[in-house]
Amino acid sequence: MGLKRKTADLKKRMREAIRGGGSQAIKKQKAIGKKTARERILSILDAKSFHEYDLFVEHAGRDFDMDKKYLPGDGVITGTGTISGHPVCIYAQDFTVAGGSLGWMHAKKITKIMDHAMKLKIPIIGINDSGGARIQEGVNALAGYGEIFYRNTQASGVIPQISVILGPCAGGAVYSPALTDFVFVVDGVSKMFITGPEVIKTVLGEEISMEELGGARVHSEITGNSHFYAATEEECFDQIKSLISYIPWNNEKKAATFPKKPPKTKQFNLDEIIPTDPRQPYDVRDVIRAVSDDSEFFEIQELFAANIVIGFARISGQTVGFVANQPLVLAGVLDVDSSDKAARFIRYCDAFNIPIVTLVDLPGYLPGIDQEHAGVIRHGAKMLYAYSEATVPKITVIMRKAYGGGYIAMCSHHLRADFVAAWPTAEIAVMGPEGAANIIFRNEIKNAENPDEMRKQKIKEYKEKFANPYVAAAYGYVDAVVEPYETRNFLIHSLEISSLKAEKGPNKKHGIPPF
Amino acid sequence: MSESTDKQAANNKPSYKTLLIENIKYRTLLTEKYKRKKPWEKKNDKLLTAFIPGTVKEIFVKTGKKVKEGEKLLVLEAMKMENDILSPINGTIKAINIKAGDRVAKNELIIEFA
Repeated sequence: MGLKRKTADLKKRMREAIRGGGSQAIKKQKAIGKKTARERILSILDAKSFHEYDLFVEHAGRDFDMDKKYLPGDGVITGTGTISGHPVCIYAQDFTVAGGSLGWMHAKKITKIMDHAMKLKIPIIGINDSGGARIQEGVNALAGYGEIFYRNTQASGVIPQISVILGPCAGGAVYSPALTDFVFVVDGVSKMFITGPEVIKTVLGEEISMEELGGARVHSEITGNSHFYAATEEECFDQIKSLISYIPWNNEKKAATFPKKPPKTKQFNLDEIIPTDPRQPYDVRDVIRAVSDDSEFFEIQELFAANIVIGFARISGQTVGFVANQPLVLAGVLDVDSSDKAARFIRYCDAFNIPIVTLVDLPGYLPGIDQEHAGVIRHGAKMLYAYSEATVPKITVIMRKAYGGGYIAMCSHHLRADFVAAWPTAEIAVMGPEGAANIIFRNEIKNAENPDEMRKQKIKEYKEKFANPYVAAAYGYVDAVVEPYETRNFLIHSLEISSLKAEKGPNKKHGIPPF
Repeated sequence: MSESTDKQAANNKPSYKTLLIENIKYRTLLTEKYKRKKPWEKKNDKLLTAFIPGTVKEIFVKTGKKVKEGEKLLVLEAMKMENDILSPINGTIKAINIKAGDRVAKNELIIEFA
């Protein structure tokens, strides 16, 4: 056979493998508003950068007549490519081929590209669209999942791992995304659950739709399992590209530097954003925009536990992770969900050399039987653990109230913040003036001729004496009291001089965080 | 953001609520999850409910009978398992709201104690 015929044969084989599940299955996929696996990869990666591997892998099923079946690529596409020049490994399950079901060779393709990502020290992106385990392959399908989970865990904190849920992802399959750093979902497309509506109906007699049980909205707002919510696949792909621009390739590198840009201070003026009355709300994201390059803020888990805000921005061209109480929602309290959300993000930033800027304005913890019974003690402790453990530069700005345990938890001096600034509006105290005055002056108030008048007076006295940043500053717990407009300069300088910070915790195998 | 959504945002004034923390009233928005939470109820030992949906196989007690804590009251078949339902308290049966063969829903009140 001459070269011409050999290449013609190769082309024929490639055509067959690339057609996936065939035109009927592709038509079905498109009819429900989904792109094909190949289209998804090509939409995420830079043009002409995709290099596919293992196109000719064949499935290993031998029982139930599976040996007579041809499954192109065994239902998953894998390869490497670039996103705005950043190298990534990527795989996409192909629902048009046997429902994207996971058999042994399908799993081997995935674990091979994961191993590749670890060797090359570059991020891995996994696109999930699968009916689950390929039942015909029995225990080998389970083995496949187990091999993926093990690698997810080994890679955790070494390379960024991104999961994109663009179809069903049910049963054991959900645990790979759950082990990865960021989970992207799309409205009406993503469905994630351990047991589906059918089982729930049979066992518990409760009826619920797939969307209500484990749709994109539910995981973005209620469970917190997802980090990014998009209305369409295109929007989701843009979010992935933005994320990649903010994070480093691996845990030994820093995120890419961008040209410095000043914030849009006309639109986001710190002198106008914050009401001085600590009981009045405002959107803390405006504060983040007021101090960040080009006033750009890439928010993570926007819909979940909105009482705390987390996300990336750039200051002087460098990526920083923001953690900020949000007075606009639930007065910015810490609770089970917000502690869980922030603690994980702090650990992410620490693992990937991203400095953490903490903006403080909180009344404390959310009171409630539901909170206590949901384990707010254990979940709240995650914040203390994550901040104390983190060795990246930690910079804290106390804007208004910082009462009680909330003050300690929000990256205080005591958890080893490198720099703590407070605004003149800061109130750092063991509790809010009303509560404190009621306890300290209980007898004076009780025995007074007019207890209400006395209470008001004592609250006023307490406020004047303690509701300020100067008591904490007198002990050195606050390094500097700065005017709001100076905040960006304070952050730029603090970040610059701590760029060589190389702190190491005590030698240990690993800690035992309260999760 | 398009102009129309800008206008919408201006028209849809946020509906602030009050959240009380340590005697201080904060003006703020509430989350869906916060609004959805159910008020806590003290467990009433005198009302026995089905912990799982299923079928009543057999009932061993009658109204007016005195029972000891741990005494078998009935068998509830669910998910192909026969579950012995035991008395949670020492007490007297005031009412039995089911009969053998009945299907019961989760949390359905099945037996009341006096």
